[in-house]
Amino acid sequence: MARMPVQFRLNGTDRAVFVESAETLLATIRRGLGDFAPKFGCGQGACGVCTVLVDGEPQLGCLTLSVTCEGRSIETVSGLADGPTLHPLQAAFMEHFAAQCGFCTPGMLMAAKALLDHNPNPTRVEVVEAIAGNICRCTGYEPIINAILAAAQQRGARRA
Amino acid sequence: MPVNVRIVQGLQEAASILAGDRGAQLLGGGTLLVRAINEGAMTEGTLLRAVDPLLLAINTGGARVELGAGVTMAMVLASRDLSYLQAPARGIGGPAVRTTATIGGNLFAATPYGDFTTALLALDAVVTLYAGFGGAREMPLEELLANRARGGVGLVASVAFNRPAGADAFRFLKVARVRPKGVSVLSIAAHLPQNAGRISGARIAYGAMGPTPLRAKAVERLLEGRSLDAVTIAAAKTAALEGTMPATDAIASEWYRREVLPVHLGRLLAGEIS
Amino acid sequence: MLEFRKDLFADERDDNLNVIGKGEQRQDMLGHVTGRTRFFDDHGFDGLLHLKVVRSPHHHARIRSIDVSAAERAPGVKRVIRGQDVPLNKNTLLSLIGFGKDDEPTLAVDKVRYKGEPIVAVIADSEAEAMAATKLVRVSYDPLPTVFDVQEALKPGAVVVNETYPGNYFEYHDKYDHQKLRFGDVEAAFRTADHLLEERYQMSPIEHASTETNGTIAAPDTNNRYVVHSCAQGLFFSLDTTAKILKLESNRLHFIGGTVGGGFGGKVDSLTEPLAVLGAILTGRPVRYVLGREEEMQFASPRGAERHVIKDGMMRDGRIVARQITSYFDAGAYTRLSSYGVVKCVAHMPGPYTIPNVRGDAYCVFTNRVPATAMRGFGVTGLDFSIEVQMDKLAHLVGIDPMEFRILNAYRDGDMKAHRRVAHNAALIECVQVAAQKVNWPLSETARRASSLSGGGGARAAIPPTVTDESGRIGRPETRQAPPQLTPGAAAPLPAYQPPQAVPVYQPPPAHQPAAPLPNYPSQPAAAAPLPAPTPPVPTPPAAPQHGAARFSSVFTRRR
Repeated sequence: MARMPVQFRLNGTDRAVFVESAETLLATIRRGLGDFAPKFGCGQGACGVCTVLVDGEPQLGCLTLSVTCEGRSIETVSGLADGPTLHPLQAAFMEHFAAQCGFCTPGMLMAAKALLDHNPNPTRVEVVEAIAGNICRCTGYEPIINAILAAAQQRGARRA
Repeated sequence: MPVNVRIVQGLQEAASILAGDRGAQLLGGGTLLVRAINEGAMTEGTLLRAVDPLLLAINTGGARVELGAGVTMAMVLASRDLSYLQAPARGIGGPAVRTTATIGGNLFAATPYGDFTTALLALDAVVTLYAGFGGAREMPLEELLANRARGGVGLVASVAFNRPAGADAFRFLKVARVRPKGVSVLSIAAHLPQNAGRISGARIAYGAMGPTPLRAKAVERLLEGRSLDAVTIAAAKTAALEGTMPATDAIASEWYRREVLPVHLGRLLAGEIS
Repeated sequence: MLEFRKDLFADERDDNLNVIGKGEQRQDMLGHVTGRTRFFDDHGFDGLLHLKVVRSPHHHARIRSIDVSAAERAPGVKRVIRGQDVPLNKNTLLSLIGFGKDDEPTLAVDKVRYKGEPIVAVIADSEAEAMAATKLVRVSYDPLPTVFDVQEALKPGAVVVNETYPGNYFEYHDKYDHQKLRFGDVEAAFRTADHLLEERYQMSPIEHASTETNGTIAAPDTNNRYVVHSCAQGLFFSLDTTAKILKLESNRLHFIGGTVGGGFGGKVDSLTEPLAVLGAILTGRPVRYVLGREEEMQFASPRGAERHVIKDGMMRDGRIVARQITSYFDAGAYTRLSSYGVVKCVAHMPGPYTIPNVRGDAYCVFTNRVPATAMRGFGVTGLDFSIEVQMDKLAHLVGIDPMEFRILNAYRDGDMKAHRRVAHNAALIECVQVAAQKVNWPLSETARRASSLSGGGGARAAIPPTVTDESGRIGRPETRQAPPQLTPGAAAPLPAYQPPQAVPVYQPPPAHQPAAPLPNYPSQPAAAAPLPAPTPPVPTPPAAPQHGAARFSSVFTRRR
């Protein structure tokens, strides 16, 4: 099978990898590059556990072909922390018990990050809409929504 | 044979490849085609990705609006001049799906998908097609939908329609269990321009009430020249199901779709959209 | 956050709590938010192969032929596995505790019994190549008639789903086609009751829908062992099941996991471990077998559908005097855990209420549906729903407030339960009272004064003369309607549960001495005695520490 080279930036580092022509970004990130944080849940675009950021926008790794990502900047939850310092979203998720099994968490955090990067002071409705593409089967969503609002507030407080 | 992916510059070349290769399909956002690969439904053939600035064009300057087929739902939502298309775009998947889901992809999405197309149908949209050799030609969206099942219609480059009559003239509602995203039980788009308090040139389109989005022409005829009052709405509801052929699928049964469509049409016409 | 009702049962416990009621961080939370938590699929292996399965498109069919030749030649394919390659191709999960007969193949050979049943496994270099190759496997079928309704499946002459159980029911105690509970005489009580209410309750199968699907990665490891990254909720259980099916010594398997992306009971069936390990054995390479979402919904077990028919006799003052429950668990085509779910269901009858006459019959029925399994509240939730809706209907029938109605009928400490155990630590009354208070639901003075600690025992502690029967013998459906014979009295009640006063301290045996043999504990209670006095019985201490499998010995069939 012919394999094609693709280059992109993953969590701030330039990466180059050979991919199958119809290989998904999710498979490339996980098996090709060893970042297992984004997950496989459905392959249909319904569950959101594969959510990553591509050029700052939320995108589903399972429905994205790696060959369409040439030159892009891709972020997963593995790059969220600043060295040992957690991102405010990560800290807020911990504080608000916004995870149980943890499987939806990587995708959920990236969806939340996309929201706060575009809209630093979202309303509760805006938070709900931002995670509308991420299914959680454990928490019932309330702790997640609270965590995202808390993280937004905390960042606002720091900036003030 | 694995699935091949080709990236092509220029719509004309893409169109000629599609015309010559029966196993080739145009890749929009990937929300349907890559899903088919993931599920093992598509194990061979070619996915064609066309790169052309025409596909991403958003022209909202004049009375006639033109949107490239590669314009994504996220781009529609971000455009201030397309506020009347917020409701249909917002209902397509979640935020991550909307980042890549394209207008063109939605035109070819099998029922019960296709809510954005339903809105375009109520706007009397026209598509610009490239088919193999020769230049572009226009085709009413309704005709494209009637022909899309047999394949080989060509490559849709853009859609065009006239800006709706006023803020309240264009309405859209989507019925789904999971809100705001979720696959449709049904969707309804209505363009209701008014002339001295009377409806003139009504267009009503349904999604997931037939094999493709379709026009509710009986309702349109009934509304013509009348004012949008309780009596008119009641009459519209009785004609609501004419011409529909809803299917039973994983989302809803044919029976259920028939039961609720008139109720939702009535609410849409009365302006009671939540 | 958490409210302590320290006023309730205050003298029964020490409420100086150091951990309960205080927020405590999960030990895996940091891993979850950094993406470092490793689920089974989050492990890299060089040369990883991918396994995909050919599944039956029919609900029920005879397999005429299987042709894998084209699949074997397909690009990227390394190995194709068929039923005859599986060392022990017939298993039931609970054989590990001696319960039930082996009935389910890992790969179907001559017959398929549900849509989605696995037939052939294809292992290839990539998932895409494996999926493409599965399409090249040619299976020819003779479709067979199907049965999807539990009561239809139980009728004599019904389509036989699972030949191991030709009556379409799991066989209990080598005797009965169902699990029984008998206490008192419901028929006599029905005749004296002021009201009778019989209702049928039905639920659909329910999908766990955890965001992580079932899957396993198995790889040859050092020392002739296989390392197995599994999604299983019970690693030892899955290890033993895999060892049995593959006829491997269990010390050749190293199962790693326990971090599950949502289980809820849907990852207890060892659906992917045996084939993944077999694939690793046959190819000598790491093999990954992960279910896609559609496979997860179609093939992986749901919570089985249940049907409960509840018939109650009630006096006009609201006392329920008789309850008869007939339950049907739709196990699907194979047993998996449904046989045990039925036992739990019967153990839950008639609900937390003191009812002097109880009859329960619960069937584990085979149909051509996807085999069912456990899900939260396994065996209990469906029955609870049915009972509580029934309670509301009864209350409405007799014109009593539904909260008061429950307090009236609730069990109290000292009451004899239908299972011949004395109720102890009952708290339903207090729960209803607190709930009513929370929502400002007015309760009568009587209801507010009621307590689990008073009003129980006495005449309510007696075991009534009980009608037993031999109806529903295995293989004898005509005995299902056999007339009951009234038999006086009953065996002495089982000793009441005595909680340990302190956590026992392990005493290691002295050095150089062989450990004492395990004591023989009796499988029957003490020899039958005359009916106990009406006062609550003095409990006799348990004979010896009881171990897992043996604790069930009086309930389950003998080990095969």
